[in-house]
Amino acid sequence: MGAQLRLLRRRIKSVKSTAKITRAQELIASSRIVKAQQRMQAAVPYEREITRAVTGVVSNSSSVDHPLTVAKENPRRAGVLIVTSDRGFCGGFNANVLREAEALGGLLRSRGIEPVPYVVGRKGITWHSFRGREMGGQWGGFSDSPAYANAKEIADTLISAFSDENGIDEIHVVSTEFVSMLTQEVVVKRILPLEVVETTEKPDTPLPYFEFEPTAGDVLDTLLPRYVESRIFSTLLQSAASEHAARRRAMKSATDNANELIRVFTQQMNQARQAEITQEISEIVGGANALADAAAGKE
Amino acid sequence: MAKLRVGVVSPEREIWSGEADMVIAKTVDGEIGIMPQHAPVLGVLVEGGVLKVKRGGGEADLVAAVHGGFLSVADNEVSILAEVAELGSEVDVARAKHALDRAQASVEANQENADAAAEAKRARARLRAAGEEVG
Repeated sequence: MGAQLRLLRRRIKSVKSTAKITRAQELIASSRIVKAQQRMQAAVPYEREITRAVTGVVSNSSSVDHPLTVAKENPRRAGVLIVTSDRGFCGGFNANVLREAEALGGLLRSRGIEPVPYVVGRKGITWHSFRGREMGGQWGGFSDSPAYANAKEIADTLISAFSDENGIDEIHVVSTEFVSMLTQEVVVKRILPLEVVETTEKPDTPLPYFEFEPTAGDVLDTLLPRYVESRIFSTLLQSAASEHAARRRAMKSATDNANELIRVFTQQMNQARQAEITQEISEIVGGANALADAAAGKE
Repeated sequence: MAKLRVGVVSPEREIWSGEADMVIAKTVDGEIGIMPQHAPVLGVLVEGGVLKVKRGGGEADLVAAVHGGFLSVADNEVSILAEVAELGSEVDVARAKHALDRAQASVEANQENADAAAEAKRARARLRAAGEEVG
């Protein structure tokens, strides 16, 4: 067998096994998107209700002087929560988030604010530690199916840093929003100090005047952290769904590329094999002719 | 008489929604009963409380263990926003009992153990929601 033929066979074999892996990854990702989307849907009622409650409280008591809603004067440090994935193999998913986070960092610096990264997802953590950036906090290991407890942990850290005098004065979130199966967008939001203007539908009637059990202040004290948690939780869920969608897309194009490569290599291999056979035949024929000529010359 | 529209939701899922005649929940100030035409209220629920929804019309009451969260009433709509909630019918009684015993044991071993005390409270609420007698 010719050297070229052997080489091609070997390459086809390796591309085929790569294609098998990427195809499996693609299938896994597509089944997980559905699950992630369901979890996103399941979290909607709670978020809607809590947003309504917060809007109710804030619009009722005209002067809400809760530390979480009041913008600090002369902000100096801002926490930036960066939501990335734990695993790679998902195309530009993490690169897009990190690029946007860098842009936000530049913007904050130009306003004289020092950004402090808080990173979710192993990919983001390695990115930051490789560059020797100090992180305010890091969480990993749950990016593909976050639990509410994870969101709570993150929210607790952020809120306590926010309440601290020497902590951070603003909190921004950079994450990927799941728009549809095909589109995921990197978005930058400010979550603290809170701006509660999330209602999509404008209420026709003024919001009811709430009574509070026990008092407005106490209700706000417990309600606002829950609201932040719920926002972070929905961000994590969106990011998880987006991660799976991005991975599915990346793996699909990898599988397509592999199949294209296999097609090209198979063609080349067949050509090489044909050339080899042709050469062999012409050698045999040439040899036979030469023998025949020699026999004829003897007579 | 008008009915209440009730929704019990936790961050991970919607637990129950439907119509009811009366909702009884436990806020940090004490038990509160909501009937139709109630004034808008926003209340903080206690850790390890039991929520009761009287559905009327011959249907059995809905009982759930609710751990922390809020109650919001507005315009005949009652939303229970619980951090964790479990319907009485979903409670695994044997497991809840086991959890209660374990938590009580660790409370006895260490009076300062706030986590275990909260755990015991939760287990008790779950058992009560499941219709078990607890001391």
